[in-house]
Amino acid sequence: MSVRPSRLRSAHVLIVGGGGTGGALAHDLALRGVRVTLVERGEFTSGTTGRHHGLLHSGARYAVNDRESAVECIDENLILRRIAPGSFEENDGLFVALTDEDMAYYPSFLEGCEATGIPIEVLTPAQALSMEPGLNPGLRAAVRVPDATMDAMRLPLRFFATAKRNGAELLNHVEVTGLLIDQGVVGGAAIHDHVTGRDAEIRADIVVNATGPWSESVARMAGVDVPIRPSPGVMLAVRGRLCQMVVNRMHASGDGDIVVPQRALSVVGTSSWVVEDPDDLGVPEDHVRRMIEEGSRLLPAVADAPFRAAWSAARPLIGTRGDADSGRELSRTFKTIDHADVDGVEGFVTITGGKGTTLRGMAEVCADVVCRKLGSDEPCRTRETVLLPHTAAFAA
Amino acid sequence: MSDPTPADGRTRRFRLFRYRRGDGAPRSETFDVPVGASRTVLEGLRWIKVHADPELAIRHSCFHASCGTCGVRVNGREALACVAALDATTTSVTVEPMANHPVLADLVVDMGPFVDRFTEPHPLVRPVEPAAGPAMSPEGEPHERFEDCIECGLCLSACPVAATDDTYVGPAALAYAQSLLDRGEGDRDAILDWADGPGGAWRCHAAFECTEACPSDVRPAQRIMALRRELVRPRRRR
Repeated sequence: MSVRPSRLRSAHVLIVGGGGTGGALAHDLALRGVRVTLVERGEFTSGTTGRHHGLLHSGARYAVNDRESAVECIDENLILRRIAPGSFEENDGLFVALTDEDMAYYPSFLEGCEATGIPIEVLTPAQALSMEPGLNPGLRAAVRVPDATMDAMRLPLRFFATAKRNGAELLNHVEVTGLLIDQGVVGGAAIHDHVTGRDAEIRADIVVNATGPWSESVARMAGVDVPIRPSPGVMLAVRGRLCQMVVNRMHASGDGDIVVPQRALSVVGTSSWVVEDPDDLGVPEDHVRRMIEEGSRLLPAVADAPFRAAWSAARPLIGTRGDADSGRELSRTFKTIDHADVDGVEGFVTITGGKGTTLRGMAEVCADVVCRKLGSDEPCRTRETVLLPHTAAFAA
Repeated sequence: MSDPTPADGRTRRFRLFRYRRGDGAPRSETFDVPVGASRTVLEGLRWIKVHADPELAIRHSCFHASCGTCGVRVNGREALACVAALDATTTSVTVEPMANHPVLADLVVDMGPFVDRFTEPHPLVRPVEPAAGPAMSPEGEPHERFEDCIECGLCLSACPVAATDDTYVGPAALAYAQSLLDRGEGDRDAILDWADGPGGAWRCHAAFECTEACPSDVRPAQRIMALRRELVRPRRRR
């Protein structure tokens, strides 16, 4: 750790990766007065961020088995509603129990929500059906939670928009082709601009790897490993709003256990498996069928709703090879790695794991690490700063 | 996991618009893509980018017609690539960037000028609106939902007026203005003055191409007609 005077105002930080995490980090660092450049090889949010089902997690999904993630989710859920007004359908969510097994899970669910501070309301099946007439009429129990629907692209774009207004340079369609390394110190990146065809180098005091499921391949450019498993899931969108609240199955995580209403669509998610290459996911037909089968157990109308789209998105789950086969067993929490501490490589930090809901919190923790490396204890200001509209991200 | 490449090796031909600044005139280039890896135009474009040409510049984000990022022209018609389905019998497909938007490279257009058309006098945050349907919140309030318009720009691409007049604000911005009036939001007089202006609602030739192109059922042309009806009604000014 540095004991020299702060280099914060003169430093340049290069963020690799223009998903939610990179955008939120650019915003956080820009607010702290750091000069930031962000590069994204495609369009912003094109990798994983934009493809998620659009759930603003209450944390209840993780209240039993992954309490660290549950607490992160409910904390960030409340902060995001405050700093990004207008970016959520604040309709809450329901967890519904359908089977004996679900009912056996129910007490631990209530206990987990209590322990993690997630505010809930226990409903009778009749109450739940009056709120959501499309629910499986055989439901056995229902609990209301503060889930919400977000726009998976436009919410993160508000971080980009605000970062840009505060002076961050945000470059899309710019791919990192290598890292500039001198005697074990990362000092920038070699880049290729897909719009101009130009190659160049960007010098930086610190390079942050915020590439989600691709963080392993970027870390390899610095000769280090990060414990990430790209774990894709399939999602299905059908036409029509089959529910107005988010509807979740009350059980330990499984396939097709959530329906998120979004504009005039309903999104059913998700499955989970593990891949080597997050660029080449495919959309396995049997997973799509599972979404229809399991989704229609929650909301019977899923079975006959007109198809709109099916796609895959790769989560960046923390875990090493051999840890898990399906990805379900891996925590949804996040991790900041200062590779100076772990691998003896200076000037290189990885932030990965996490979820769309926790983008701001991930950025805060990572920006703290970056600032400490620059000899500064400049505080985070993103909890209070209301974000600009997403459209400002495109403005000149 | 499953391999999308069919065992029979059947392919379909993608003819793509290619352009790089400084490389002279645009050209077209063809790629043969496995049928099973191109059930939609976007899957086909992704396959080309990953397996054939990493230089291909494309835009995409949500993959389910919710973000509006992957607007292109498929065989000359406006479409979101992510939901432009290709059936098993289709052997060739032509993909070009949207019209009436500046092309940056290949299929990537600059959305800045499109978004700028929304900036005045509209608020930039599009508020959620009440959802239709029987379900109500437990407090008896109508549930909220996002607006249908996903700002994809396909309406502007399809608009014959925008093709010849770049001062026309275009269907999306006018439809949005009308939706604000509908909900009683924003400064009514300022919105009407703007819509009455030289690039406003009177420039529309009522070709209805925008409504045809809209992937999100916003019906911009009908909204422009509704806006005109507002404009000819006597205005009450305070």
